Amino acid sequence: MTKALVGRDIAQQIAEHSSDAVVEFNESCVVVRPDLLLKVARFLNTTPGLDFNYLNCITGVDYLDCIEVVYHISSMVHNHSLILRVRCDRNKPEVTSLYSLWRGADLQEREIYDLLGVVFVGHPNLKRLFMWEGFKGHPLRRDYL
Amino acid sequence: MEIDKLKAELSLDDMDLAEGREIEALMARSQKPIPDPDEWLQETLKANILVTTIDKIFNWGRHYSTWPFGSGLACCAMEMVPTAASRFDQARFGMEIFRASPRQADMLIVAGTLTWKMARALRLLYDQMAEPKWVVAMGSCAITGGTFAHSYSVVPGVNRIMPVDVYVPGCPPRPEALLYGFMKLHEKIETGTVKKDFILGDWKKTRIVLGMGKGSSRAIEA
Repeated sequence: MTKALVGRDIAQQIAEHSSDAVVEFNESCVVVRPDLLLKVARFLNTTPGLDFNYLNCITGVDYLDCIEVVYHISSMVHNHSLILRVRCDRNKPEVTSLYSLWRGADLQEREIYDLLGVVFVGHPNLKRLFMWEGFKGHPLRRDYL
Repeated sequence: MEIDKLKAELSLDDMDLAEGREIEALMARSQKPIPDPDEWLQETLKANILVTTIDKIFNWGRHYSTWPFGSGLACCAMEMVPTAASRFDQARFGMEIFRASPRQADMLIVAGTLTWKMARALRLLYDQMAEPKWVVAMGSCAITGGTFAHSYSVVPGVNRIMPVDVYVPGCPPRPEALLYGFMKLHEKIETGTVKKDFILGDWKKTRIVLGMGKGSSRAIEA
């Protein structure tokens, strides 16, 4: 069984590495700043003992006051997992792309861009995935009609 | 038989000799071929010539040889598959395997939800099918868009993309329902006329033009 790491412990380690990256944390997850996401993710990926080498999935959530992107990551080496969350402004949602770290982020980031309008800065091919080119709006936003 | 009568008292050599005599006798009486019983042919053939119309013979052929082109777009495809398999066996109606190419098919079964993005591809496939061709809209989504009729991405009924011959309702329809749809389509085929199809070219008028991409340029001209 994969061991879910405690958010508090990881938040402490992240804070030691980059002091102002952590916004919030609780038992199950860590919320980090969107512009420092890549730095944090690289830290989680490369630090011995953490070795998060696999991105399970990316989820976009529209909370009306903000848009949140949730990353489920895990380590094949130590068989543990972590939930990483990023909050961004709903009017100008921008998150750093994790494509350079985990190739699996490619299509999932495109999907979230397509349906929720989150711009993943640094993505090599940020185009619509499900809807066609020229489609107006982002249909999974809660105010889309 | 000679062999049977003498079996008890004859030696094996004697039995071989007796068998040899029977073979000689068979050869002797089989030197001429027995005439084939073909005297009846001439007379009965006369009674079997039927007079029919071009339409009837064409419709008969089309009716019993409808090749389906399955486009399993959504969950209806799960009902379309057993329709072709042994339990329901659409081969009973003259429809064998599903063709993977539109160029080898006469009947397009739209099984499932059609999205606008897929609609372009499906119209292209429909255009590639050779005339005469028929379309079966299977399931609520194909008929009207179903639950997703007011959605941002779903076509509210495939009749916006191509003319539909038979609508099979259900969500999804059971294989029996689809087979009944086939029977209704057969009834429709029986009413067709070659003159309408080939001479007057009426089928062209029924085409709905979807002006997207290179592939549909022929359809626009038509």
